[in-house]
Order: sequence, then C-alpha cells, then structure tokens
Amino acid sequence: MAPGSPPGLAIAAMKLNERSLAFYATCDAPVDNAGFLYKKGGRHAAYHRRWFVLRGNMLFYFEDAASREPVGVIILEGCTVELVEAAEEFAFAVRFVGTRARTYVLAAESQAAMEGWVKALSRASFDYLRLVVRELEQQLAAVRGAGGPALPLPLPQPQALPQSQPLSPTPALAPPLPHWPSALPPKENGCAVWSTEATLRPGSEPPPPPPRRRASAPHGPLDLAPFARLHECYGQEIRVLRGQWLSSRVQP
Amino acid sequence: MRYNEKELQALSRQPAEMAAELGMRGPKKGSVLKRRLVKLVVNFLFYFRTDEAEPVGALLLERCRVTREEPGTFSISFVEDPERKYHFECSSEEQCQEWMEALRRASYEFMRRSLIFYRNEIQKVTGKDPLEQFGISEEARFQLSGLQA
Repeated sequence: MAPGSPPGLAIAAMKLNERSLAFYATCDAPVDNAGFLYKKGGRHAAYHRRWFVLRGNMLFYFEDAASREPVGVIILEGCTVELVEAAEEFAFAVRFVGTRARTYVLAAESQAAMEGWVKALSRASFDYLRLVVRELEQQLAAVRGAGGPALPLPLPQPQALPQSQPLSPTPALAPPLPHWPSALPPKENGCAVWSTEATLRPGSEPPPPPPRRRASAPHGPLDLAPFARLHECYGQEIRVLRGQWLSSRVQP
Repeated sequence: MRYNEKELQALSRQPAEMAAELGMRGPKKGSVLKRRLVKLVVNFLFYFRTDEAEPVGALLLERCRVTREEPGTFSISFVEDPERKYHFECSSEEQCQEWMEALRRASYEFMRRSLIFYRNEIQKVTGKDPLEQFGISEEARFQLSGLQA
C-alpha cells in the first residue's frame, strides 16, 4: 500500500485493509469452495498452478495449500463467469466489464471441478446474496401474514449485546438479526439509487426510494416467477426512478 | 497482496447503501481527524477526499467490530486486532446509530446467516425449502451446519 505519493507522481494506490483481508482468507470458518486451479498470468503468459479459496465474494489464491498468506485476491462484484475456448482443458473466465477491465482465465483439473467452480463463482457476489435474502425476507413475512394474527416482521430480539459485539463467529444458533422496525428506513430498499455524481456534490439530495413492497400483498404474477425475472423486475423499478430523478435534477 | 484495484474502484462508483461526509481518523497513533466522504457499497466501506472522484481507500467489512465511542462517534476494528481502530465522527447521535446498524449488517457473513435464518423459518412454517426455486438448496454455504462454525 503506498503511503502518500511524492509530488509530481500519479495518484497513490488505493489503500485497502490488506492485513484484515489476509486474516479473513485464512481464518477457521468454512470456505465456500477450495481447490487447485491454473491461473493465466496475463494475455500471453503461462498458467500458474495456485491454491484457490472462495470465501464470500472474495476469491483468494495462494502459492500452495499450506501458504499462510494469499498471493492475491479477486474481488467478485460486477463480474460474469463463462466458459472459454482455450488451449487449456476445463478453462473458464471471470470477466469484468469496463474499459481496460481484466479478464481472469482459470483452468480446473477436471470437468466436475470446473463446473463446481463456475457455479460457485457465478453466485458469489454480495449483490446476488442480498437479492436472495430480501426475497426470503418478504416470503417469510408473507407466510406469517397469511395465517394467524398480523405481526410485524417477527424477528427474535438478539440477546443483550455488549456494544462491541463482534459480528462473527457466532458460537450458537443465535438469531442473527436485530428487530426490524415495521417501516424500514428508505435506504433499506436494496441499493440506494444515488449516482456517484450526486454523492460527491455537496447539497444534492438523493432521489426518493421506490415504494416499499408490501410483504402481505396478495399473490401477484411475480410470486412464482423465476429468480431472473424477479431480479429484472426489481431492477426496472430502480431504473425508472433513477431516470426520473436524473432528468429532474437541476444542473449547476 | 495483489487485488483487482480497477474493479474495486469501479465498485466505489456503484450506488451506495449509505453515503455521508463524516470525520474520519485512521488507526495509527497521532492520526488527525479528516473530513471524508464515506460510502458503503456491498461489504466495502470506501472513503474519499470530499473533492475527489477516486477513493483514498477501502475497508473490507468482514470480521469487523463496530463499537460506540464518544457520543456521535463510532469505530471500526477487526477481530484479529481489536485495538487498531478507525474512528468516525457523525453529525448527530441519530446518524451515528444509523451507520452503526448499517455497518453491522454489511458483511457477507451477516447476509449468509440471515439467509440461513430465513430459510429455516420459512421451512418451519411451510414445510418447504425456499431455496429450491433458486436451485441453490444444496450449496454448502447455506446449510444450517455452517452456523456452528
């Protein structure tokens, strides 16, 4: 990590809490996937065999399985995972969008391993997990609302937490969530639809969030929709609002 | 450790769960308070100089502790070194509370536990596994046994 950079030089590298990242990589909690993969060094470079560990939305790679510290990490947000045509067998790619964005070409040691990795990596993003959680949250409210008395989202109260309660690991099957108020603050709608321009210009207000979906709404056509459609529908709402907000903003 | 910095920078430009200008003080002894634009995107906390488009830095919010400090102030530290704290000064108690709650829920691990919790609760009420519709019911990371880690 570069500390400040001397005058005249390009912008210093972004700081990242690498030490914590390394601890996260090697901590005792169960991993989401692990195994040897060949990683292509660059467009015309050779493949290097590395020990890969997937934890959450972080894909760490080590020199070998016994290494104490990762060589590197691939942060898995905003990427797609696809099969590729390569000289190497069982190859696949983690592709990011954008100009000069990197594509990581990896190769597994068997068909089964390749399929396992492609599946795991394509569902590894925080975004994906959050969508599933939100969906389940609404499903739970719906099934609880359908029968019995109308209750607010019935999440058990946590035990009295000391103020510096660590997030993980939880030793027992303790209810993980705080009590949600029945009207969640607007920012809990998914992602707030702020663009970077807005957040960096002082004084500008974020757009109104989309209306909170009533969890107890009667079964609609989306109820049995496949997940992809749900994702698309939620996204459309956001896009419409964002469009309205962008066109209504006063340009300075 | 190598990491895909460009992609992390791109992530910092995504819509945020929360963003605000806060006072921030680094963990080193003798650090001074600086005004920073602090932005929460997925499980990263980005911080920018208030007039710059690229972040000064990012904190991955896994295995972290969010602690109340003085009134209106909270700190983030990490499980492996709890005394090494990043301090954040808010403009009100309310804002401080809002941030602390958001940060406590911001980790992938918290999301995973929530998923397991909801899955279990839905199964108790309906007798059905809600993850089947997504085709992810067999994934090891979503099993109840994962919580006993």
